[in-house]
Amino acid sequence: MSIIENHKTNGAAFCENPKLKARNVGVFYGEKQAIFDVSLDIGANEVIALIGPSGCGKSTFLRCLNRMNDTIDICHVSGEILLDGENIYDTKVDVVPLRARVGMVFQKPNPFPKSIYDNIAYGPRIHGLAHSRVDLDEIVEKSLQRAGLWNEVKDRLHSPGTGLSGGQQQRLCIARTIAVDPEVILMDEPCSALDPIATAKIEELIDELRENYTIAIVTHSMQQAARVSQRTAYFHLGQLIEVNPTDQVFTTPEHTLTEAYITGRFG
Amino acid sequence: MEMNFNQHISGQFNADLEAIRNHMMGMGGLVERQVANAIEAICSGDTRVADDVIRREDEVDKMEVTIDHECTQILVRRQPAASDLRMVLAVSRVVRDLERIGDEASKIAIHTLEVADNSSNQLCQQAMRYMGAEVVKMISGALDAFARHDVDGAIDVVRNDKLVDQQYASALRELITYMMEDPRSIGQAINILWILRAIERIGDHARNISEQVIYLVKGTDVRHSSLTEIEEQAHKE
Repeated sequence: MSIIENHKTNGAAFCENPKLKARNVGVFYGEKQAIFDVSLDIGANEVIALIGPSGCGKSTFLRCLNRMNDTIDICHVSGEILLDGENIYDTKVDVVPLRARVGMVFQKPNPFPKSIYDNIAYGPRIHGLAHSRVDLDEIVEKSLQRAGLWNEVKDRLHSPGTGLSGGQQQRLCIARTIAVDPEVILMDEPCSALDPIATAKIEELIDELRENYTIAIVTHSMQQAARVSQRTAYFHLGQLIEVNPTDQVFTTPEHTLTEAYITGRFG
Repeated sequence: MEMNFNQHISGQFNADLEAIRNHMMGMGGLVERQVANAIEAICSGDTRVADDVIRREDEVDKMEVTIDHECTQILVRRQPAASDLRMVLAVSRVVRDLERIGDEASKIAIHTLEVADNSSNQLCQQAMRYMGAEVVKMISGALDAFARHDVDGAIDVVRNDKLVDQQYASALRELITYMMEDPRSIGQAINILWILRAIERIGDHARNISEQVIYLVKGTDVRHSSLTEIEEQAHKE
């Protein structure tokens, strides 16, 4: 299927209380354009799921939201992405505090080769969030509790993070992300390396985190998108095809491409 | 929205969806014949046909259970979404209505045997014949609409259900007149009343099936809506 000419996103891409606003975002890898004119709001305290077939640009788009694409030399982003009204691609913006405000959890759990405690304490230390050892202990405990991991690791905070199971490691990474008190959490297929029980725990966690954070999640699992998100955005060949409330997308999608993808007709 | 059920990546999923739809259509065909035969039995007084309808009721029940099981299997194995999900839900609901139509057909047959002795002067013959023919048409109309994803066809069925309801009301008035004129006719009149009631219920079930066609095609649930509301929903883009 080819790029749709004069394409317009179906459904409701904009919302009333946006935390992040993407406007006419295009992403280029050298000459090659990967994302075409995407405009989308991500509402405060909502979970938005980004779905679509491999190579549709959903991860690329997610990585624009905290300038993760800056790490790729040939990558160039056009358009605007506003966090609380401020363009994050403005030359004055420092990416280090930006990535503390907009945290990211990756597909494979990637704990530092340090103790569980130091994994969590790393961010608060470099961002100067803790003024004393007591402060730091408190941040570590609170983050682990929020990530639903505290009870499992409280007696072995100084053993290596890499010694935890896959699901625990992923929750450790989530705890590490929330330790720096972000406003937005980006998740790039956070459960694809996990078993169903670990997945269920992460999904439960996502639902709880929504109270305090805004979350955008890229997932290959349609059931996961249906379970955790309030809105779902469908990407296809770098274009944003449809954004609608999740229950609507999975029962009566507006666009035939969305329908074809979620019913397993291609992807 | 164009729907094509033959393009899943999984061929087995295509086959499973095809199967529930075909089995539902097969069940619909049987149920439609059951109703036509029951009406034929009551109008002609042919007790053999009535016996046959009662005997085959079992088949209808078994089909309901089998198809419902197939729907469950698809839900469990495939977690269908969008039009596939609506197809499975609609089939599951339609077979329930078909089973109930089957029940009503068998009720008509049972009452036929009870009134068979004095069928020579049967009350409300014309109304039964007319309403009977109408509901048989409604069943096949609803199933056709389902097979063709034909929203307008489904609405025609809903419209006809209103006519059947009106005919039912007027047949009741006729029956009451008989009963007041000749109290000896009350026993027979009550049997006829049950038959008319069964036919009217069949019309309601055919209407329910049509509502599922609109759910399948448009994604809107129009159960318990008026004809005007259904028309509005069905023609919304």
